[in-house]
Amino acid sequence: MKAKLIAYTGQDSPIHRLTGAAKLVVFAVWSVTAMITYDTRVLLVLLALGLIAFRVSRVRFRDFSFVLALILVFFLMNHVAIFLFSPLEGVRIYGTRHDLLHLVGRWWVTEEQLFYQLNVALKYLAVIPMALLFILTTDPGEFASSLNRVGVSYRIACSVSIAMRYIPDIQRDFQNIRFAAQARGLDISRKEKLVKRVRHMVGILLPLILTSVQRIETVSAAMELRGFGQGPKRTWYSARPLRAADIAAIAFVVLLAAASFWLTFEDGSRFYNPFA
Amino acid sequence: MARKASPVEQVVAIGIGAALFVVLGRFGSIPSGIPDTNIETTYALLALFAVLYGPLAGLLIGLIGHTIKDAISFGPWFSWIIASAVVGLIIGLAARKIDVRDGEFGKKDLIRFNLYQIIANAAAWFVVAPVLDIVIYAEPVNKVFTQGLVAGLSNIVTVAVLGSLLLAAYAKTRTKKGSLTREL
Repeated sequence: MKAKLIAYTGQDSPIHRLTGAAKLVVFAVWSVTAMITYDTRVLLVLLALGLIAFRVSRVRFRDFSFVLALILVFFLMNHVAIFLFSPLEGVRIYGTRHDLLHLVGRWWVTEEQLFYQLNVALKYLAVIPMALLFILTTDPGEFASSLNRVGVSYRIACSVSIAMRYIPDIQRDFQNIRFAAQARGLDISRKEKLVKRVRHMVGILLPLILTSVQRIETVSAAMELRGFGQGPKRTWYSARPLRAADIAAIAFVVLLAAASFWLTFEDGSRFYNPFA
Repeated sequence: MARKASPVEQVVAIGIGAALFVVLGRFGSIPSGIPDTNIETTYALLALFAVLYGPLAGLLIGLIGHTIKDAISFGPWFSWIIASAVVGLIIGLAARKIDVRDGEFGKKDLIRFNLYQIIANAAAWFVVAPVLDIVIYAEPVNKVFTQGLVAGLSNIVTVAVLGSLLLAAYAKTRTKKGSLTREL
């Protein structure tokens, strides 16, 4: 289990300096826009802007390079699956058919299908830079206060902050328990029979869950003793006031979303159709 | 009536449950022998925490855990994130009737737990995930329903086996209500 997890890098750049609340709003509006539109032009603009923001943030390639393989695998599997299951989905959506190549049986390569899958790809790629950037440039401590600022209850904001805080600890616990179990001969790899594999997994999960439940009791007792959850509101040590750059970023993304909805639905359909 | 977790305990349980969801989601899958189908142990964990801490905790563990897990691996896939939240919510509804915290997990509880988890997984993976895939991503209908069917069935089996085993084992570690008798 040498896999790393991507995390906050703590550098200094215009993107890092934005407050967490502003970045959260930008990321949320960005994702919703990319979810709704299927307009190729809008998606291309989103992707380009995302890449520019990436450049501006000056995050180092090695801080996120290890997730690129995962992204690529997910991406390829999804595209192969789409083509295998529905080679004429593009024809159905765009209403025309331009055959390029016949493979076997019902699997024709059509211009419409290629264009449709290009759009599916863009829709996914348009969100990735922003998602990575959000994780890489937002201090987890400040993140909770930003959630609270945009209207999420502070109890849930604290849950999120606890989750981020405990991921490394639990990862370490899991690793220790797993090594201890393996030292005692509990194998969960392909070499063992399925039934035994599952039974061995219980032997690893149970101690992990029991220590976690204990930890929940300790942490919640500590929080209760400090009066957590007594007031309807709370203040945050890491909260920062919105500055001009934050307001500009939020205004920009809202305008961008408005413009993309207008462009997308101008012709009454969420798809941009170059074949008509 | 089961002992209820205090609101503060729920806040912490959501946080740590979500962290467990992330760690098990990334590193806790076991190969099942069928290609590209893993036993996702993380859903057994989600089921256990939903039963222990209730529907709201289940919903938020699924939502927060899956969002973080996706965000730190291949980018958020929103339709499946919402499906995970639905699983936690529905299994959590069984929490009021199952007293694992008091060391009770008999045959009746086992059947009730599995009934809820089958409904939860079916609703999430046969309905919510594919429908949102179509609405949000306009993916081919037959592809998303096949994917949902495979994911749903494998999760139902995983939770039925691993989830039940974990609940039974957890119940054994708790002190039974009324287990003390007065000496005369």
